[in-house]
Amino acid sequence: MSIKVRYFASLKESLGRSEDELEFINTISVIEAWQLANKNKPLPDNILAAVNMEYVALDCLVNNGDEVAFFPPVTGG
Amino acid sequence: MQIKIIETSFDPWKEIQEFQASADDMRGKYGATSIFVGTMRDFNEGDNVKGMTLEHYPGMTESQLGKIVSEAIQKWNIIDVLIVHRVGDVFPDDPIVLVAVWSSHRGDAFDVSRYIMEALKSKAPFWKKEILQSDTIRWVDKNTDGYKGNK
Repeated sequence: MSIKVRYFASLKESLGRSEDELEFINTISVIEAWQLANKNKPLPDNILAAVNMEYVALDCLVNNGDEVAFFPPVTGG
Repeated sequence: MQIKIIETSFDPWKEIQEFQASADDMRGKYGATSIFVGTMRDFNEGDNVKGMTLEHYPGMTESQLGKIVSEAIQKWNIIDVLIVHRVGDVFPDDPIVLVAVWSSHRGDAFDVSRYIMEALKSKAPFWKKEILQSDTIRWVDKNTDGYKGNK
């Protein structure tokens, strides 16, 4: 399976990249996608997650072709 | 419902005029229009701010705002909604966000305007990066907690 992982705002700056492409065999969760993409580096506090542009919990499972995103709390308006 | 994310400065009053002029189905139906315009300040958290860059998550921004408006339509009796939000580089006095709500009566227009703004600030994926007068650059790291009304 393959998914795209995207990063935004201060998280993107601190990681130094905006996205990763991940390939894996067994089904994984959102937090496992983070760990796979970031060599087991802990997810920083307060980071939110989305799958296919909907907010999700970190234990949500991801499917082939999904777009997973990680970003800090939003500050628009 | 119309949701616009734009990269150049905009005139909220012109946006409202254009929306109303083209909304033939609203004619004669609305008795109340509530308008909120959020504008960039030149201060934040005790510091002087000279500019700001707004980043967003294209696609998710529009879908989250659409969901917020759909929720409002289910909870209140409103006729239409226009949301315009800036992204890119903004400067003090530039409008950042416009929320305009049309309804038959004022109560719903007032309530939905507040509801949409609070939901936008807690759910729509926008992020602000400030440039202070001292040239220090910092990400804004917190926003308000969301709608605290009675619905």
